[in-house]
Amino acid sequence: MQQDKEYVGFAALPNQLHRKSVKKGFDFTLMVAGESGLGKSTLINSLFLTNLYEDRQLPEASARLTRTLTIERRGVEIEEGGIKVKLTVVDTPGFGDSVDCSDCWLPVVRFIEEQFEQYLRDESGLNRKNIQDSRVHCCLYFISPFGRGLRPLDVAFLRAVHEKVNIIPVIGKADALMPKETQALKQKIRDQLKEEEINIYQFPDCDSDEDEDFKRQDAEMKESIPFAVVGSCEVVRDGGTRPVRGRRYSWGTVEVENPHHCDFLNLRRMLVQTHLQDLKEVTHDLLYEGYRASCLQSLARPGARDRTSRSKLSRQSATEIPLPMLPLAETEKLIREKDEELRRMQEMLEKMQAQMQQSQTQGEQSDTL
Amino acid sequence: FENEELRNLSLSGHVGFDSLPDQLVNKSTSQGFCFNILCVGETGIGKSTLMDTLFNTKFESDPATHNEPGVRLKARSYELQESNVRLKLTIVDTVGFGDQINKDDSYKPIVEYIDAQFEAYLQEELKIKRSLFNYHDTRIHACLYFIAPTGHSLKSLDLVTMKKLDSKVNIIPIIAKADTIAKNELHKFKSKIMSELVSNGVQIYQFPTDEETVAEINATMSVHLPFAVVGSTEEVKIGNKMAKARQYPWGVVQVENENHCDFVKLREMLIRVNMEDLREQTHTRHYELYRRCKLEEMGFKDTDPDSKPFSLQETYEAKRNEFLGELQKKEEEMRQMFVMRVKEKEAELKEAEKELHEKFDLLKRTHQEEKKKVEDKKKELEEEVNNFQKKKAAAQLLQSQAQQSGAQQTKKDKDKKK
Repeated sequence: MQQDKEYVGFAALPNQLHRKSVKKGFDFTLMVAGESGLGKSTLINSLFLTNLYEDRQLPEASARLTRTLTIERRGVEIEEGGIKVKLTVVDTPGFGDSVDCSDCWLPVVRFIEEQFEQYLRDESGLNRKNIQDSRVHCCLYFISPFGRGLRPLDVAFLRAVHEKVNIIPVIGKADALMPKETQALKQKIRDQLKEEEINIYQFPDCDSDEDEDFKRQDAEMKESIPFAVVGSCEVVRDGGTRPVRGRRYSWGTVEVENPHHCDFLNLRRMLVQTHLQDLKEVTHDLLYEGYRASCLQSLARPGARDRTSRSKLSRQSATEIPLPMLPLAETEKLIREKDEELRRMQEMLEKMQAQMQQSQTQGEQSDTL
Repeated sequence: FENEELRNLSLSGHVGFDSLPDQLVNKSTSQGFCFNILCVGETGIGKSTLMDTLFNTKFESDPATHNEPGVRLKARSYELQESNVRLKLTIVDTVGFGDQINKDDSYKPIVEYIDAQFEAYLQEELKIKRSLFNYHDTRIHACLYFIAPTGHSLKSLDLVTMKKLDSKVNIIPIIAKADTIAKNELHKFKSKIMSELVSNGVQIYQFPTDEETVAEINATMSVHLPFAVVGSTEEVKIGNKMAKARQYPWGVVQVENENHCDFVKLREMLIRVNMEDLREQTHTRHYELYRRCKLEEMGFKDTDPDSKPFSLQETYEAKRNEFLGELQKKEEEMRQMFVMRVKEKEAELKEAEKELHEKFDLLKRTHQEEKKKVEDKKKELEEEVNNFQKKKAAAQLLQSQAQQSGAQQTKKDKDKKK
């Protein structure tokens, strides 16, 4: 076959995509959750090389006794090599602080769902030019290194959010653990996650045509989940060696970016360099779609809402969608389930009554005989 | 018997009563000592490891999981010996502390346990035939409270729990797993904790500074509270010696190196200097408080409204009589109630019996009536049958007569024709 010497030019597509995305910029919402004192803020500062928490006030123990969870958002624009990223970090101060932590995770679930609702509304609107994506793309969940694995509170939180957000479990302050302790704890956590059927973010498999090095790196990274991290805002300058970001102890210095000391590099590479886009895609294609489907399904069922609002949803205008509709999806489902139960119980009751009557008449007959 | 003024006399020779302390020591040593430590802290914080490290031995135990439904206390006793001194050591652990989602009741089992040991001692003390010298004292002498090394402040659970325990036991707060706190952060963390304890009115154990021999060391050590400790039973080669340590890729933390952590200080304070004072404080302060509260609850007072001292015996007698009187009254009540119930039941039964009889009579009557009806009908039927038979017979007769006359007629007719 004659080789075609003519050049069409669509090989330039990737470049065009690159230019467009650079121009558009990226936005990413990262949630950090876990008990106080596990190094969350320090890690965020280390990851993005900023100081996001300068003005933070930590409450006293007595103030924490009945502290409820609040959601705090901090935004920062970071730029590197011409690429702009609008990063939003969502914090959950107060998580696990009070003596009674029952249901303390509900505000977080509510928050994540609200972002989905907002997007659903925007997506169904007439003017879709400037949709702001405030959905949470990833949740870094911090596990304590001082215990023996996941605690009941950890499990409760993860189960409440695992179908709604990409979870990446992380062991905070990992410099409390010797290497073999780290391995044991990681294995324990992995086992517990499987036992409790908690779905964490799954790294996609690499393509078979990638080179061996990349595959090896990828496999290593997958095996080191949950990431055991150490964060630091200090740069340690020891005499002869080069300055490193680390924590200085009397017995040595932990280097944050040393892969033998902790998994910080792995986490950063995965979160920022290789999988940021995938996290956004999974959030959009899987988690958001799941939410949207269950929302619309519950609206389309008979008895849930009247005809008029149903037809309204298919020809939309953001202002016409009755606002309280979406949040009630869950309660509608519950109501329907309860109705079903009631109906079943009524049927059973009737059956039992009929039986009783029968046996009564039989009894009467035998009495008279 | 008047209280005379004590006069100071000087001796002209050596009598020998300066051996009294030695006699005391010898006696105590031969009896053996007993010490009870309570370790309060979250699962996995290092309680067992620290005990192993402090006493240079491996106390066997299964590590607990985070899935305990509530807090429970586990006590284990061990016999240790060093030189010629025997120590009966009891270590009490709080299993499941800090794991539940709702920790409102977490402190309760701990308080109950401490009170139970006081109660046991009180009971022994109040016995008529008692053997206090032989008594195995299970009261908690020291409570090591393990604070998690968050670097921020105390947790809310810590505050609540320590407030409930500070009037019942000698609390010694320690920072556990301290090899996670860098030197510059440690000082800030320690002062934050101490100021929080003070501002919330938590009374921790004060190392005694009244006795000259220990005043100095206690004073210097107190400055370092809460002690930041690291525990380890594994040994690592340092130089040419083996030492208890934790080996990290970035360095080795030596447990007994005072630059690395306060383990040595804790051991010094807890065991080598103040163990006896801890026991004494437990008995003279915490136990006395418990005893006083308990007896006041029971109604005992030291002085009556006229400020005359009550004798325990009189009070006891009075209480006893009161109690017996109440018992009797209750017994009477119960007896009366019993009698009443019996009467009620009897009446019920009689009613039921009467009803049964009536029913029986009714049935009998009905039966008889039915029987009579049946017999009447039978008679009627028989009569009818009889009538019928008669009619039948009559009819037959007529028929045969008719036949006969008919036959006769034809015969006559026949004869006439001839």
